[in-house]
Amino acid sequence: MNALPGSITEAAALLRRRETSAAELTDAALSRAHADRFNAWLLVADEHARAQARAADARLRSADAPLLCGIPWACKDIIGTKGLETTAASKILKGYIPPYSATVVERLDARGAVTIGKTNLDEFAMGSSNENSAFGPVTNPWDTTRVPGGSSGGSAVAVAASEALFALGTDTGGSIRQPGALSGVIGMKPTYGRVSRFGVVAFASSLDQVGPFTHTVEDCAIVCEALFGKDSNDATTMPLPAEDLRRDLARGVKGLRIGVPKEFFIAGMEKGVDRAVRDALKEYERQGAELVDVSLSLTDHGLAVYYIIQPAEASSNLARYDGVRFGQRVEGRDLLQTYRATRGQGFGAEVKRRMILGTYALSAGYYDAYYVKAQKVRTLIKAEFDRAFETCDAIVTPTSPTVAFKIGQKVNDPLAMYLNDVFTLPGNIAGLPGMSIPCGLSEGLPVGLQVMANSFQEAMMFRVAAAFERATKHHELRPKVAA
Amino acid sequence: MPIDRQTIVHVADLARIALTEDEITRFAGQLSVVLESVDRLAQVDTSKIPATASALPIHNVEREDEPRPGLTTQQALANAPKGGRDGEFFRVQEVLEER
Repeated sequence: MNALPGSITEAAALLRRRETSAAELTDAALSRAHADRFNAWLLVADEHARAQARAADARLRSADAPLLCGIPWACKDIIGTKGLETTAASKILKGYIPPYSATVVERLDARGAVTIGKTNLDEFAMGSSNENSAFGPVTNPWDTTRVPGGSSGGSAVAVAASEALFALGTDTGGSIRQPGALSGVIGMKPTYGRVSRFGVVAFASSLDQVGPFTHTVEDCAIVCEALFGKDSNDATTMPLPAEDLRRDLARGVKGLRIGVPKEFFIAGMEKGVDRAVRDALKEYERQGAELVDVSLSLTDHGLAVYYIIQPAEASSNLARYDGVRFGQRVEGRDLLQTYRATRGQGFGAEVKRRMILGTYALSAGYYDAYYVKAQKVRTLIKAEFDRAFETCDAIVTPTSPTVAFKIGQKVNDPLAMYLNDVFTLPGNIAGLPGMSIPCGLSEGLPVGLQVMANSFQEAMMFRVAAAFERATKHHELRPKVAA
Repeated sequence: MPIDRQTIVHVADLARIALTEDEITRFAGQLSVVLESVDRLAQVDTSKIPATASALPIHNVEREDEPRPGLTTQQALANAPKGGRDGEFFRVQEVLEER
């Protein structure tokens, strides 16, 4: 087997019919990962993967192996993996080998999934293009002169180029959904509180969630079923009973109300994106859904709220990188100079920019004007979503105002780069689940459709996404990648 | 609000980050543009609005304070930076001066 099957469900069926084995799937994924031309991987863990595959094959011989048993997956290198180097794509963590795995990794290990390796990202997940990695940018398999989106660019590309059957990313302002859109795969951010962040390198803790990249909505729900649940090591996980997230996939959208916020159809959105998303809305209408206008008038202010809260929390979280207990140390003439040199040389430009911005917003004299003000507007943004969901079952918007842009196009203009996340970050501010699903091509490049639902209503989100996927088959489009 | 070089230097000092002259100039320009866009928040009336720290409806999660296994000394020290370990300890430069 040189190629991987098209989905987790397809691979799981082949495994159960004994037409393939975990070892064979793993070899295929490993050889594709080694042949990757997009710089998607920071580490390919052959030995680790083969050992997991052997255990999975033994388990598959018993009757009730979990659906993810023997399925090769790719792990964003900001998620801690015991014994496997975890760098967050930062020089400051080069060589760091976690003594324990993140809870999400343990949950996948427990189900017999096979970790192929660690994927590239924007340093500490700060970026929307994957150009901020200390280990070089990831390129887009649809056009290698373009970015794959970010920050989880390597994970998106690993799935888009069929080098793994699913991947995990983290999403703080759009870092799963936006690269999903730009790379032509499904990228999903769960409700805040659904998934444990224990063992994940912390970025902005009131916004961060872990979520999957997959080829199909059903695969996405399967991975979420494995990830969701309370973890006593992360006090922000909600104590909710395990849920069948696939229960409504086939129900369709007839009679559902789909909210369309006019604030998400802005000047500056590319025509091809606008057209693909409007076609998608027509498809929902054709299937019997009712499109309703909802007002999210504060969308414009989301970016400002986000660019205060997120760097403020990051500047606090990243204080731990001081060169004392782990990571790189650059010695100065005294301890203070060691801190300054370690952080000055260990962090890349975007991380330093955000540390300065966040420290400024939290500093004496500015705390109320920036940080507290942003938290108050956050209250209003959340209230506006609450009101919107009184009149609709799901909200459908573009994921990103543009398709994949050229490498280098926005690197010297942070504000232009930050605008990539204008449609995704409101979901993080309000804690809502959201996913990007492929909705066609514009000039040969993928466009993403964002489906959002109310808190903890992932099953509704999947129902709405699956109805579109069944009717359109956009998710079957693949970039031409040499095998 | 524009942010000047002096403010960048002061804040970088608070954040314990050494910046080059070039970075100071570049960041002053770039962060002024970002802060200008952020300043529009002042237009939103929040006089009677409470602050939201987290979108989650749960607070103060508690558990029994029971001992459980943690990392061994060797595991905890395994990632010490080059030159940053001395036997069973992390090594740092002295922070107390002799009188």
